[in-house]
Amino acid sequence: MRRIGTMAVAVLCGVAAVPVDAEELRIGLLTTLSGPGSGLGVDIRDGFKLGLEEKGGKLGGVAVALVEADDQRNPDVAVKLTDEMLSREKIYLMTGQVWSNLALAMMPTLARAETFFISPNAGPSVLAGKQCSPWFFNTAWQNDNNHEATGAWVQEKGYKNVYLLAPNYPAGKDALTGFKRYYKGAVAGEVYTPLDQMDFAAELANLRAAGPDATFIFFPGGQGINFIKQYDQAGLKEQIPLFGAAFSFSQDILPAVGDAAVGAVNGSQWSPDLDNPINKAFVPAFQAKYGRLPSLYAAQAYDTVLILDAAVAAAGADWPDKDKFREALRAVRIETSRGPFRFGNNHFPIQDFYAREVVKLDDGTVTNRLLGKVFSDHQDAYAAECAMP
Amino acid sequence: MDALLVLQQTLNGLQLGVMLFLMAAGLTLVFGIMDLINLAHGSFYMLGAYLAAWLTGLLGAFLPALALAMLLTGLVGILVELTTLRRLYARDHLFQVLATFGLILTFNELIAVLFGVQPIFASPPPALSGQVTLLGAPYPAFRLAIIAVGALTALALWWLIARTRLGMLIRAGADNREMAAALGVDVARLYTLVFALGAALAALAGAMAGPILAVRIGMGEDILILTFVVIVIGGIGSIRGAFVGALLIGLVDTFGRAFLPALLGAAGTSLASMAIYILMALVLGFRPRGLFPAPA
Repeated sequence: MRRIGTMAVAVLCGVAAVPVDAEELRIGLLTTLSGPGSGLGVDIRDGFKLGLEEKGGKLGGVAVALVEADDQRNPDVAVKLTDEMLSREKIYLMTGQVWSNLALAMMPTLARAETFFISPNAGPSVLAGKQCSPWFFNTAWQNDNNHEATGAWVQEKGYKNVYLLAPNYPAGKDALTGFKRYYKGAVAGEVYTPLDQMDFAAELANLRAAGPDATFIFFPGGQGINFIKQYDQAGLKEQIPLFGAAFSFSQDILPAVGDAAVGAVNGSQWSPDLDNPINKAFVPAFQAKYGRLPSLYAAQAYDTVLILDAAVAAAGADWPDKDKFREALRAVRIETSRGPFRFGNNHFPIQDFYAREVVKLDDGTVTNRLLGKVFSDHQDAYAAECAMP
Repeated sequence: MDALLVLQQTLNGLQLGVMLFLMAAGLTLVFGIMDLINLAHGSFYMLGAYLAAWLTGLLGAFLPALALAMLLTGLVGILVELTTLRRLYARDHLFQVLATFGLILTFNELIAVLFGVQPIFASPPPALSGQVTLLGAPYPAFRLAIIAVGALTALALWWLIARTRLGMLIRAGADNREMAAALGVDVARLYTLVFALGAALAALAGAMAGPILAVRIGMGEDILILTFVVIVIGGIGSIRGAFVGALLIGLVDTFGRAFLPALLGAAGTSLASMAIYILMALVLGFRPRGLFPAPA
């Protein structure tokens, strides 16, 4: 674990109550650092720390104390650690969370403690619509958004008969709903697989028999790797183009699938080659510090630092006043690694979305390159249901 | 067209089945002969996949990497048996579950330290990366190779168990441990050997799975539950049971996923994911000790 400047990094377990310095902004970084899915959590932690380091360990001029903990991708552990961070570590705000089910489990505790929850990833529709909360902010996207962007691209390119696959759980259904919100053609098949399924041979044989003109998938993490490899090995990649949201084709997955993913088109709010000054500095800085290309998760965490920095700076000396801090956060309008960023009424982003294509560079690196912009200033479909102004 | 799809799905089912067999053979031997519940069996599968993927990159060839991965994982198995599990044979199953669960966490973190938390790359050897045309439809060549490896391993195991002296000792140990020990069989050494064999078989399964699945932390836990279902259906301690059980599970699971959703809609999707457990309940209803119970 690195110690950076004035930032005190405390290990949560076994540390006695810490005296709270009024001048210090205490942030809980609770994410998945061990076991399956830890690739995403580590990218979020590393992106956040890089951002904080570049700000000299301060946000808006206020020294930050970062409290890290590992939720093990387990909702019970996440809630327990949230309790500890609130009671022992006296955190002012919580961030880091990857998974929607964990975020939803943590939300009641954080709202009851009137503590801000700034999610750098998880953006469930529940928290974007009727149950939007003054204590919840998302700095990445509403879960449907990247699927919507892919759907719009597939529609625009004139595909007429698409085969859809996703895991059988709420985010999987949301993904296909998001895709179909903008794709208006025929559905050649809509398949939900168990969340723990590893082998897709049966589904791929059915897919081939159905003869669609494109395939859309939402398989994050390990399932994505399995599906992309098997799709290629079945010889389907050359016949039926593969589409998906960025989650199935991000930099945590591409090194593990290699050539099998090349040519797949995916929707995202960010791309490593996005042309803006912040991104042009961020990507090489991340690569230099950690020896790997950043994923969209790392970029989101980095942007979270920029957004918090702007909000604390705007609130000035009043930042400990939670109402003032919330107003400052709601009003943030800044440039980030993904370009212009602002929050909508429901505390979810209003931003641009792009289509990216997986390419192999001359040095053998498999990564994403921009194809074009799909949405400008796009807001999620649930914002109107949120009662916040 | 329909007949062709059925043929393809049968191959898919067989392929999943032999993969499960490679896992189940080791687990059922350890469980049946040593009376040890080894939750960490999946960790050997993961270790085999990582070692094979890493060594393939290092050596530039898949087969030597596969052999070396099996050997190394077998050695790790011996180490684990000598240092940890040996102390647990006399203990209650609950202690074994706790200790081997601890081993899972240890191996997962060890892999994170050695290879990092991001999944690593593994692909089929170039000669097997394409498709073979079967009755006019393409089928991935590597999946056929998995079926072949599984069938050969089953034959080799049958030969080992039924035709060799070591096999005779293993059968004796499975039938009646105390009697075998009383007749002068070095049971402690036999256990170490059986455990290493089980670990090497799991590594073979992992190494063969690497090119089609994600080589990542926790991959062993994904397959472990299915493996337990296989040995419960087959009869604990029986290699033949593990073989029949694995093929049954592979076929039922694949056919369920392939055809039930189209027949029954959303209910079919749910039924497909339950099919193997329904099968297990049925088998246990009629044959509580599995299809081929080892004699008591």
